[in-house]
Amino acid sequence: MTEPLLEIRGLEVAFGGFRALDGVDLSVGRGELRFLIGPNGAGKTTLIDVITGLTKPTAGTVRFEGQDLAGRREHEIVRLGVGRTFQTSVVFEELTVLENLDLAASFRRPLWSLLRRRRGVSEEVAAALETTGLDALAGSRAGVLSHGQRQWLEIGMLIVQRPRLLLLDEPVAGMSSGERERTGELLTEVARDHTVVVVEHDMDFLRRYASQVTVLHEGKVLTEGSVEQVRADPRVQEIYLGRAREDAEDVVG
Amino acid sequence: MTALPVSRRVLSGRWQGPAAFTAVAVLALVVAPLLLEPFRLGLLAKYLCYAIVALGIGLAWGQGGMLTLGQGVFFGLGGYAMGMYLKLNDAGGDLPDFMVWSGVEKLPALWKPFGNPVFALAMVVVLPVAVALLLGVLVFRQRVRGAYFAILTQALAAALVILLVGQQGLTGGTNGLTNFFDFFGRDVAADETQRGLYLLVAVVLGALYLGARQLVRSRFGRLLLAVRDGEDRVRFLGYDPATVKTLTFAVSAGMAGIAGALFVPVVGIISPALLGVVPSLELVVAVAVGGRFALAGAVLGAVVMGYARTYFSEELPDAWLYLQGALFVLVMTLAPKGIAGLAAAVVRRREARA
Repeated sequence: MTEPLLEIRGLEVAFGGFRALDGVDLSVGRGELRFLIGPNGAGKTTLIDVITGLTKPTAGTVRFEGQDLAGRREHEIVRLGVGRTFQTSVVFEELTVLENLDLAASFRRPLWSLLRRRRGVSEEVAAALETTGLDALAGSRAGVLSHGQRQWLEIGMLIVQRPRLLLLDEPVAGMSSGERERTGELLTEVARDHTVVVVEHDMDFLRRYASQVTVLHEGKVLTEGSVEQVRADPRVQEIYLGRAREDAEDVVG
Repeated sequence: MTALPVSRRVLSGRWQGPAAFTAVAVLALVVAPLLLEPFRLGLLAKYLCYAIVALGIGLAWGQGGMLTLGQGVFFGLGGYAMGMYLKLNDAGGDLPDFMVWSGVEKLPALWKPFGNPVFALAMVVVLPVAVALLLGVLVFRQRVRGAYFAILTQALAAALVILLVGQQGLTGGTNGLTNFFDFFGRDVAADETQRGLYLLVAVVLGALYLGARQLVRSRFGRLLLAVRDGEDRVRFLGYDPATVKTLTFAVSAGMAGIAGALFVPVVGIISPALLGVVPSLELVVAVAVGGRFALAGAVLGAVVMGYARTYFSEELPDAWLYLQGALFVLVMTLAPKGIAGLAAAVVRRREARA
């Protein structure tokens, strides 16, 4: 194993006096499917925000394929091969499903070539339509999609960009159980040939689809390991179960 | 489908747009010059100049979400570039008349190159585009948007007016540039020249409309809509929204510049009052009334509001300002998509019934 795809060292983020991240070290190897869990406020989304350039760290480094990401702008980081989704999906509602995917797939084209109209459907867009199961809705405006379909469209938009690292922020939040299942299958399929980091609250989803898990707590990495190891860790049980009952149910439920 | 009469087939589906465009083109290029007396044709030419600016506003605001309240700046730059050439041409080697009246003795260096028609015509587009590019790079890269961008463009319009008024000897001050006689070898006031100018304005508008439409339908146009609706999300698709916005803003500025240059021979004057805050705002109101999300709506809005302004200024001069304001409020609250949106809703309902 050579150097990891993503390597984070001593990462710190402070918002005013609050330390959202407090010395996080994390390595993600090529081809891994890594789950990132932790209670609310543990710093999971902040970590993703720092990797993708949305939040500037106060200390520490993020290296992707050996390159330091510090000071790079969001779209430049995407061009290096890091793609992400958001907790609340933001597809372009005025565009059709097909246009959303096509736009995502065209980001490496030179700007002048965008002045031409789209003719037909490119191979990768067609493949993404099939993978996400959105074929039948290709011509519909994305605004009419259900919550689950929007998340799949977002994942589809990520896939057509062929990123080397996918960061998914709570892909199953707010989904029905049927939608969760479909998302899990999609995730397994995507993870087959991509490196994926998933931030997730849902323990049931975690049990079914996770292999490697990193637990964040109060801005620090609490522990890392397989699902079984992590679940057996008394400290993990304490931060999840030792809290108010609603919280625990929310997470484990 | 085959059972439908041809007229119905033409009016539905993919031929609808080209059919409507052709109909309007025939109306504008053949019917209007035959029916309208020279004075009315001149008015229409003026409205079509405004429609070119409106087209640019439709592109920047309707498609790109950039509420630009200072298109008068670009209109003015194009207008003054044309006006300077015409003044120098009329002066025939002497100083333009207003400079003599202001006691200027030597032609200012800024004016010299505008004696060359090729240079002046190039500046009609180059100046507004350059200013818009510069502004765009400075502003959009810093993620200034929404109301802040709107206020900035409006301040720019106010600043340009102050600059023009203050430099009496250089710009003609409040009076601006006027008293033109010759337009590329023709008497600019002659009916024949004015008819030709009208046709030129109409053709330019038509060509720019087709260009803008192509832009909107291209991938770039889809990207522009995406930037309008989710600028931050677009960044995470690997595009730089600042580039997309800057380029679009520059295109809209170039259109306003062309409109200003055409306006000068048609109306016979370019002055600070024609390009300040108020005219800039009036055009935005016109675009809103016509429908900012459709390019045709923007064009229609400029023509309709132009006619409404002339009509009410003749019949009820005091009421126009209030009426314009009331119309704007009504449209924004009741029909945010303007006339174009209402028309589309009617068509949809009829198609649903058929």
